[in-house]
This record gives sequence, C-alpha cells and structure tokens, in this order.
Amino acid sequence: MRREPPRRLADYAPLVFPGLMLLVFFVVPFGTMTAVSFFRRQQGGFYTPDFVLDNYGRFLSPFFGNVLLFSILLAVAVALACVALALPFTFTLSRMARHVQVLWLVALLSVLSLSEVIIGFAWSTLLSRTAGITNILVALGLMESPRALVPSLGAVLTAMIYQALPYTVLVMYPALVRLDPTLLEAARTLGASPLRAFFNVVVPALRNTLVATVIMVFVFALGSYLLPQILGRPTHWTLSVLITDQAVYQSNMPFSAAMAVFLVLLSLALVGLTVLVGRKDDGQ
Amino acid sequence: MTARVLRWFLLGALALFLAAPLIIVAGVSINEKQSLDFPPRGFSLAWYLEIFTNREWRNALWASLGLAACSAALAVAVAFPLAWFGWRRVAPWTKVLQLLGVAPFVLPPVITALGLLTFWATTGFYGQAWTAVISHATFFVTLPLVTLTLGFASIDRPVVEAAATMGADDATVLRTVVLPLILPYVISGYAFTFVLSLNEYIIAYMTVGFTLETLPIKIFNALRYGYTPTMASVTVLFISLAAVVFGLIARHGDLPRLLGAPAAERE
Amino acid sequence: MSGLEIEGLSKRFGAFTAVDRVSLNVAKGSFVCLLGPSGCGKTTLLRMVAGLEEPSEGRVRLEGEDITSTPTHQRNIGMVFQSLALFTHLSVGQNIAYALRIRGIAREAQDRRVHELLEMVHLGSFADRPVAKLSGGQRQRVAIARALAHSPRLFLLDEPLSALDAKLREAMQVELRQLQQSLGITTVVVTHDQREAMTMADLVVVMGEGRVRQAATPIEVYRNPADAFVAGFIGSTNLLPVTRAANGVALLWGSPVDGLAMPAELASGVLSVRPEDVHLQAAGTGTLDARITFVRDLGATVETFLCTNDTTFISVASPRERGPFAVGHTVGVSLSAARCLVFAA
Repeated sequence: MRREPPRRLADYAPLVFPGLMLLVFFVVPFGTMTAVSFFRRQQGGFYTPDFVLDNYGRFLSPFFGNVLLFSILLAVAVALACVALALPFTFTLSRMARHVQVLWLVALLSVLSLSEVIIGFAWSTLLSRTAGITNILVALGLMESPRALVPSLGAVLTAMIYQALPYTVLVMYPALVRLDPTLLEAARTLGASPLRAFFNVVVPALRNTLVATVIMVFVFALGSYLLPQILGRPTHWTLSVLITDQAVYQSNMPFSAAMAVFLVLLSLALVGLTVLVGRKDDGQ
Repeated sequence: MTARVLRWFLLGALALFLAAPLIIVAGVSINEKQSLDFPPRGFSLAWYLEIFTNREWRNALWASLGLAACSAALAVAVAFPLAWFGWRRVAPWTKVLQLLGVAPFVLPPVITALGLLTFWATTGFYGQAWTAVISHATFFVTLPLVTLTLGFASIDRPVVEAAATMGADDATVLRTVVLPLILPYVISGYAFTFVLSLNEYIIAYMTVGFTLETLPIKIFNALRYGYTPTMASVTVLFISLAAVVFGLIARHGDLPRLLGAPAAERE
Repeated sequence: MSGLEIEGLSKRFGAFTAVDRVSLNVAKGSFVCLLGPSGCGKTTLLRMVAGLEEPSEGRVRLEGEDITSTPTHQRNIGMVFQSLALFTHLSVGQNIAYALRIRGIAREAQDRRVHELLEMVHLGSFADRPVAKLSGGQRQRVAIARALAHSPRLFLLDEPLSALDAKLREAMQVELRQLQQSLGITTVVVTHDQREAMTMADLVVVMGEGRVRQAATPIEVYRNPADAFVAGFIGSTNLLPVTRAANGVALLWGSPVDGLAMPAELASGVLSVRPEDVHLQAAGTGTLDARITFVRDLGATVETFLCTNDTTFISVASPRERGPFAVGHTVGVSLSAARCLVFAA
C-alpha cells in the first residue's frame, strides 16, 4: 500500500460518499440561503422567489447599523477578555504534569459541550434574585436584600466570556504546549524575573498565535444567538440574535438570510485572515 | 514562591468561575419545591426522576439520544473515507475537501442552521426527523475528521509495508492492520460528536424544532414558558455524561494529543 | 540455480538520481551486504527489490522469475525494517503468525510454526507477550522470526541492527549470520557499518552516489579496494596526495616512497595506506618526517596522529611495537609499500 497519487478512476471511489454528502448538505444549503436572501418577503410568513435587493437594503438603516456595531464591539470585548484570561491559564496548564492537564482538559471539554441554552439557563439562575449569588452576599452581610443582576449588559458579557473561555483555551493549547520551555529559562538566566520573562519573551513569541486566537474567538462570539436575548435587554441584541428572531418569530426569512450571508462573508474573511497570519508564522 | 501562590490563585479563580453556575444549577435541581431557590430548601431527587417519569421529558430524552447516536454514526461514516483517502493517496486537492470538512464547524452555528432550514424548506422535507440527523452529521463532521486524520497520521508507515511483504494485499492490510489501529480514533470521534449533538440546540430547533422536541429544545421552551427544576436536573445529567465520556476517552487514549499536543513520551 | 539478479536498475526522483543503473548477481543462499554512506541509494535499491518503490528502469529477477512488475505481497519475500514495524495491536505470537494467518493456514499448524520460530530465535516462552513489553534485542528477534514464518525465498533487512547498543549489535551480527547459514536463504542486508558487513557477508557491495563501486568478498574489498572511495569507506585509511617521479616511483610530498611505483596512466593521484601500515621510527630515517600532534592510547592499540604539510594522518600500532614517542616529537615515517594502493584522485 504505497502512498501514491490516484491513477484509475476507481481510486477516487472513497471520495464519492463524503463528497456528495458535503456538497448536498453543506454547500447547497448555502446556495439556497443566498437565494432566499434575494427573495421577496410576503406578509403571513411566506416568501416568493424573486430577485430583489430590499433585504440587503435594510442594512443601510440606522437600526441595523446599531445592531451591527454593537455586535462587533461586544464580540471584540469578549475576544480580548477571553484571550487575556486564557493566556496565563493555558500557559500554566501547559507546564503542568500530563495527568493534571488531562483532568483540566476533561473539565474544559465538558463545559464546552454545553449548549448556549443551558449556559443561558445556568447564568440566569446564578444572577437571579431568588437563587443567585446575591443571596450569598446577603448571607455574608455584604448586601441587604437579594437582587436580580439580569437583564444587563454585564450579565451578557460575563456569560459570553464563560461560553467562549473553554474554546479559547483549546484554541491556544497546541501552540502553548509546544512552546520551547528553554526560552523562559534562558531569559531567567539573563536576569529577568519569571513575570518579566513571561511578558518579554513568551508573549512576543506567541504573537501570531494570539492574533489568530483573538480572531477565532471573535468569530465564535459573533455566533452567540441566545445569551444576549436571555440575559440582556432588546438593546443588547446582536446580529445572530436578530437572525434567529427574524427567521423564527418574525417569519421574515429573506431578511434573516441576507443577514446570515453577510455574517458568513464576514466570518470567512476573518478566518482567511487567521490562516494568513498562521502562514506568516510558518515562514519565519 | 509568589509564582506558586499566583498559580494557585489563577487556577482556583478559574475553577470557581467555571464551576459556579453549575454548582448553582445542581443546587437548584435538588430543591424540594418547584421554585428557583438557592440555597435549596429541602432536599429532593424528584426532579431527576422526572426526566424519566414525565412523558414529555422522557420523549425528549429519547429524541436527543436517538439523534445523537445516529448523527454521530453518520458523521463518522462521512469522515472516514475522507481521512483514509488523504492518508492513502497523494493528491493536492484533498486539502480542499478537508477544508470543506472543517468549514461547518468554524462558522457560527446559527448560519449553518439557517442554511439547512432554507434547504429543507426548499426541498420539501422540512420538519421530518431524519433531516435533523443529516443536519447534525454535516455540522459535526469536523470532529471525527480531525480525530481520524490524527489517527491515520500516527500509523507507522513501515508497519503497512511490513504487512505487504508478508503477503497481505490492500484489502487485507486494511482489515488486519489499519482498522485495529484506527479504532480508538473512530471511537473518540464518535464520542465527541455524540456528546456535542446531545447538547446542540439551534440546528435541531431550526430544522425540526416544531415536530421533534430534543432536551435542549425542551429546556429552552421551559425557560420561556414555565420554569421547572427538571431543567436543572437535565443540565446536571448532561454535564455528568460529558465528563464521563471525555474521562473515558482520556483514560483509554491520549487526550492531550487529540487536542494538539505532541505525543506523550515513551516510557 | 540463480538467486537474485538485478539488471540495470535505476530510480530517479525528478532531477535527482538515487540509484544509477545498478546490476548485481546474488547466488542463491548467499549473504550480501549493501554497504555505503547515507544517501548512497542502498535503501532505495533494497526497496525496489521488495517492490515498495517502482524502478525508473531495469529489471529484477528472483530464481529466474521476472518480478519487476509483481506487487509486493505476491513476491514471497521476508523483510525486516529499520523501525522493525511490529504490530502493536498483536502479541508476539500473533505477529509471527500473521503471514500464515492471512494465507488461511490451520490454527495448529500456525502454532507449531510459531513455536518453531521462537525456538530458533531463542525466545521460546514469549508467544503471548505483548510487543510493548519487549526490549530492543527481543523486538529485533521477533521481527526476524515474523519475516521468516512463511518460508520466503528472499530475506531483506534494512539497517536491522542500527537501533541496538554496540555490544548487543555485535552479538546479533553473529547470530544473524549463523541463522542465515542454517536456513540457506538468499539474504540482502543494507548497512552503513562496514564492520557489520565484514562480519556477516559473503559478498560486500559498496555503493556511493547511486552506483556500485565494488562488489567482492569482504577481505578482497579490504585489501584491494577498487578506488579511493571504497578504500576510504572500508576500515580506516589515510588518503595522501602523490605524484610521479621521473623514474615512475611515487613521490609523497616530494619524497620517494621506496618500492612503490605509480600506475602507468597516472601523473598524480591518491595514496591509500592503512594506519597499521604506517610505521614510526627515528627522525631523519624513513620516507619523511612528521610531528606528533595527538596520541590516543586505547589499551590494546595506540593511535598516533601525525602532521606534515598541513595534513594529518594516523598510525596505529600495539604498545609493544611502538617506540617511546610523545606529543610534540618529530619522527620518521615509513610505509609498507606492498600494502599501499594508488588511485586516481
């Protein structure tokens, strides 16, 4: 069984099933979605096949502009906060014994597997009046009476960070675990304290990884469709929330599809940027 | 010395942050009354039994398990030939197909959900249960693809050549050498997909949400329309299941390596 | 009956020629070593014989049958790889039985053969042991037993002993040779260790840059190397520049070497003289003088590093034969002319 290029047509046989599956159920749906984005919306929840730019035209409204701006700023905030928190943690994790790493990885994977619904539920409970942490503060005498901390921007932000943090750690993990430990040691022999060595040596060495991670987490955060809705006020709604809302509750498929197409293009552009940044790293 | 203290503080703070909501939820799940109370008043495991005794919750549980089992199998079935081809053959454009296999997972799920919604609506199969299986399988195909690609890469090529020198043709090599060595990766790919499919909300909701209620969908409905501590007990159940599955994978395989670390050093 | 015949075999990777028109005849039942530095094409040649690489041109015949286009699994060969390539998902016994199992041999026959082979490689009780629990030497023997289970007509080994430590390697060389002789199987071993080749082979094939430089018995290759490359590779030797004097004698840096004539066609060339043929004596006597720059006393022998004309060469002698010379001394150097060889540069 030599590793050789395919020669006969039959050699391509293994690709037929996956190729078809991915083509029909992944590529085509994007086609239908793009097509729907040009359809004309009708009252009552239906849409007629057409070709109008009305749906994209709504992008130019101030309402949409606000939502877009807010979505981007929120996602940026989440990405930066997550990377800042995850970096020292993942670095520490990567230096620990293998079996300890495994324990943490199992915990992180378990939290990562939770759906946004469950995270939303968990945090709304944590920040509620009857069951939330304010009850603990009252018990400790720091507060007079329990209070609900939702809905609020702080709640949305915290829950989104909670959701994205395991993802951030796992994205950074390969690069950090492969980081040459002698880099830090060399810096310390040259007189830098561990903290200083970390900022002067480790962080610059990981520059490209960090940029790529920020971008990946940004894309991830943009996809939060429920947390801003459950934990925030209508002003806190993001693009993904709007997409879900328009598609499911307002029955405005064409507009939803148009926003989704926009989000796809934005995500692909950013992921492409990440790959470029990664390429530059290899070239060094 | 301070580095040590700092490290403990960092790990402790993060552990608390990750665990806090889950602790609260666990506390709420054992509450005696049907109210959202923490610290819990009274102690009752009734809400755990509710998952199995209440018909609606039980149906949702079966739906979730069935969906997860089937879609994970389908995802592995799609990923395997792709990973196999990439290992067996030298072809520049397998990269394209591999990229296509990674793409569903990298984009925000709400987009994939909407795309599939428009697709099923256009083809007229919208709402049928099997569409959820295909939808999940397509979305999650990245997971077994990654584990299988890693698995194939870890097969020492001389092992395959040695089998050939002893008289095994391609099919025999596949059957007697490759498959046994790749099986752990098939299992971990299946397990990852199973756990994530179990928890997945938006794609299930948008494709079959009004005909089939999976557990996450039911929780969301309960969130909107009527609180019940069963939501909390389901959450505890889910995360426990996830921890068990990932723990098993870690015990029988090399979890750090599956997540990108270099292989553990030989003893 | 003929054994292995290689005819004009070449392998090119794009512009790079790894194996260049190699022709070789290996008698049935003999032990051949392909010897050379890394990159000389020996492993590629072996892999073409095994069918793991496709030749760019040439033919391979085994016992009269042209196997050039036969796929590997139909060639009925046994091969041991450098990494050993043992099946980690099978036990020792299952590894050895593999070839028999896929040929549908009955279970009792399999067990008997496995037992027979384990005895042959001195691992009698290891049948159920998992592969991961074996030492390097034990794995080596399992790999050998496994390759021979189906009684192949050709036995190929790619640097089989390179992973073993020195002492074990020497013991295995002897064992491998004895095994081959008792089985009478045509064997080809690739190695970069010329001592290994000298120990085991009936025929040594020295390769360099994809071509065969010399194919002869070990002692022939040692005593009469075909060119400077072979001389430099087999054993240790000193390679020194010589020119032709008016009377045909070889001149080493202008000093005549008594009793050594230059080959008729060469005006200048390379003199190959083994360290044991370089003798030290009082300064001013012998062919020329040199200064001692380093002495390596290895107990049984003493190596003396000599320097003249910006060139360092080595003399080896037992402590008894060697005179009381130390670092910094200038000594006279004489060469055993009968054992010197002159090649084209």
